[in-house]
Amino acid sequence: MLASTLEAARSQMAFTLGFHIILASLGVALPFMMLVANYRGLRRDDPDALRLAQRWSKAVAVTFAVGAVTGTVLSFEFGLLWPEFTGRFGPVFGLLFAIEGLFFFTEAIFIAIYIFGWKHLSPWTHFWSGVPVVVAGLGGAFSVVAVNSWMNQPQGFSPTTGEVTSVEPLKVIFNPAVPYEVPHMILAAYLVTGFLVASIYAVGMLRGRRDRIHRLGLLIPLTVACIATPIQFAVGDTAARAIAKDQPIKFAAMECVQTTSTDVTEYIYGRCTTDGVKGGIGIPGFDSFLVGWSTNTQVIGLDTVPPEDRPPFNTMLHWAFDTMVGICTILIGLGLWLGVGWWRKRDFPQSRWFLRAVAVSGVLSIVALECGWIVTEVGRQPWIVYNVMRTEDAVTQAGGVWVTFTAILALYVALGATLVLVLRAMSRRWRDADEKDVEVPYGPDAGPPADLAGASG
Amino acid sequence: MNKADAVAVILLVGVTMYAAFGGADFGAGLWSLLAGGGDRGRRPRELIDWAIGPVWEANHVWLIFVLVVLWTGFASAFEAVFSTLFIPLTLAALGIVLRGAGFAFHHSARRAGGRALASTVFGLASLLTPFFLGTVVGAIAGGRVPVGNATGDAVTSWLNPLSLLIGALFVATGAYLAAVFLVSDARRAHAPDLERYFSSRALVAAVVSGALATAGLVGLHRDARYIFDGLTSDGLPLVILSLLCGIGVLVLLRLRARRGARFLAVGAVATVIWGWGVAQWPYLLPERLTIDDAAAPSATLTGLLIVFGVAVFIVLPAIGLLFTLVQRNLVEETSRPSS
Repeated sequence: MLASTLEAARSQMAFTLGFHIILASLGVALPFMMLVANYRGLRRDDPDALRLAQRWSKAVAVTFAVGAVTGTVLSFEFGLLWPEFTGRFGPVFGLLFAIEGLFFFTEAIFIAIYIFGWKHLSPWTHFWSGVPVVVAGLGGAFSVVAVNSWMNQPQGFSPTTGEVTSVEPLKVIFNPAVPYEVPHMILAAYLVTGFLVASIYAVGMLRGRRDRIHRLGLLIPLTVACIATPIQFAVGDTAARAIAKDQPIKFAAMECVQTTSTDVTEYIYGRCTTDGVKGGIGIPGFDSFLVGWSTNTQVIGLDTVPPEDRPPFNTMLHWAFDTMVGICTILIGLGLWLGVGWWRKRDFPQSRWFLRAVAVSGVLSIVALECGWIVTEVGRQPWIVYNVMRTEDAVTQAGGVWVTFTAILALYVALGATLVLVLRAMSRRWRDADEKDVEVPYGPDAGPPADLAGASG
Repeated sequence: MNKADAVAVILLVGVTMYAAFGGADFGAGLWSLLAGGGDRGRRPRELIDWAIGPVWEANHVWLIFVLVVLWTGFASAFEAVFSTLFIPLTLAALGIVLRGAGFAFHHSARRAGGRALASTVFGLASLLTPFFLGTVVGAIAGGRVPVGNATGDAVTSWLNPLSLLIGALFVATGAYLAAVFLVSDARRAHAPDLERYFSSRALVAAVVSGALATAGLVGLHRDARYIFDGLTSDGLPLVILSLLCGIGVLVLLRLRARRGARFLAVGAVATVIWGWGVAQWPYLLPERLTIDDAAAPSATLTGLLIVFGVAVFIVLPAIGLLFTLVQRNLVEETSRPSS
């Protein structure tokens, strides 16, 4: 009974978080793309850029609204699924959520002002009303990811068993995993949003719509994403090295290192077994080299802890890690392609192959995002708070989690499908509008506002 | 008053804000459901969309605020409530998802059928969510939530007359607030027909809320003596104040006064919540868990007070700005209801 509640709770949490992480990434980075277009539109007097900004603001509105409710579900789940975790450590990590609340409030308010202010605010006032959205998005991302960092590197509370009686908030907020986990997630948000938005316009161009709106709509987000990708690679590399030190068992599981030794082989894919990696491509000594710049570096193996303290699904974890790194490498290649094209012709490559590559980059970046999330979450298991509280001790005693998981699964599938349909319908409507050439932002209203004085129902 | 009490007051402020503004949003959803389909309900629904579009996201954040303050400041109360009341809280969460999705999509749905579906979902979820949240409050008031991980009864804790009454009261109060707000919004939109429309609905909702509140008092007398005794002693001035505010709203609506009705309507709801807070003190979970016993370590409480102080300086002005822009019709997306 309890084992099955634990499985259901973990599945529900994994699914709802995996869903929310996409919307949260869009919520953090899409307003930035929108403001870039808005700025360009105002500075260069470019109506196409303004039109893009206005359209993206509508996409921001819908994704933010859906992200707000999926985020609310997560905050319910802190109690519905993990009451003992929150009951014991809420006073420790909760402050970060209180701070996040400040940012979220600010974000919600200024998003409303920006989205609903196109008609009546002056252009530059309107632009500046969007800036707090971007800043609050970064602050909110910091706060939330810092909680996850704390779960990986818990500190700043005592005692470590039983009820927490003393908390040091600054040690909690600036825990050792923050410097690599927070930038890694924020860059991931910019990368995913950039490639995803660009991929939509690339698909449009492949279907023959090569107007200026499509070109700008591809170029702005793609440039942002291509700048973020190599930085992300470096941050991720630093993170992996830090994890090898801070959470050696997680690292051992990511790389399928069974026994502690030096000169450890780096395996790309392959099946993880207790006798070592079966299949896959092995590069002798390279894992040790990656951890300490020398093949003599010792890498701690899974055998240093008893089997019940090792992460489950080792092969999946290893594949998730390799897939994330692999996709990031491919996307760096895409960035180079763009960079070379731009350097040679002051334009992005016009070939269909380039557009096809951009078109798949959106999905690839989402896969990488989910893989990264699997690595950090599954890799921390069986702990919910690393080396302090086991996940099985945190779960609710309430029955029926399988039922709620099923309901949420169905609801979210419908929600996701509707979201995609609605965004597609929006873009169709915009295309029709393009043909008629209506709807210029900051322009005079198309018609007089409906004056209702004297109307009787 | 110690730090734990101060944080409890902040929690109550959050509950009040959510009840007043989030509650009005739920109520507006209910009115949009009751307005009827097709042409008949079109104008009221347009007014509702126009009025809550820019503010509902910000109003919703108060719920998150309450949850976060509860689990940070009084984690053991959060644990007890969310594990024992797993069923109604899950249903409320599902309702919040449906409601948010319904509202987000019914603007953007292209076909009339899709739009009608989205707005029905929005309306139904606006009815169910506050109802289940109300049953949660009823369970707490009735002392049916023991400390610990799901140690209370999963069903009877919230499926009992007192909880059901309070659930219904939550729905009615939201509808009442919404109708009073929408009267002003109709005036802002220069739609006197809608002004009359919501004015008469505000009166009905006021009477229903009053009746349910009276029945709730009887329920408390039978089932939650601690709260009842508190409400009829230390909390009595606030209860009387609430009654006066409620009567004031009715008078102002009758006189078609231009201002004051919204303020008094919020006052009527806020004073009841504060009366309840006074009645329940020093308990978070009546007669089971006190504020001091549930309180987080000192540094956390200080942190919460600091964050709240910052919020007063940053968030309140921002909310004020948003509401002002809305009131001056400077932020709007959907058009005003046409005739």
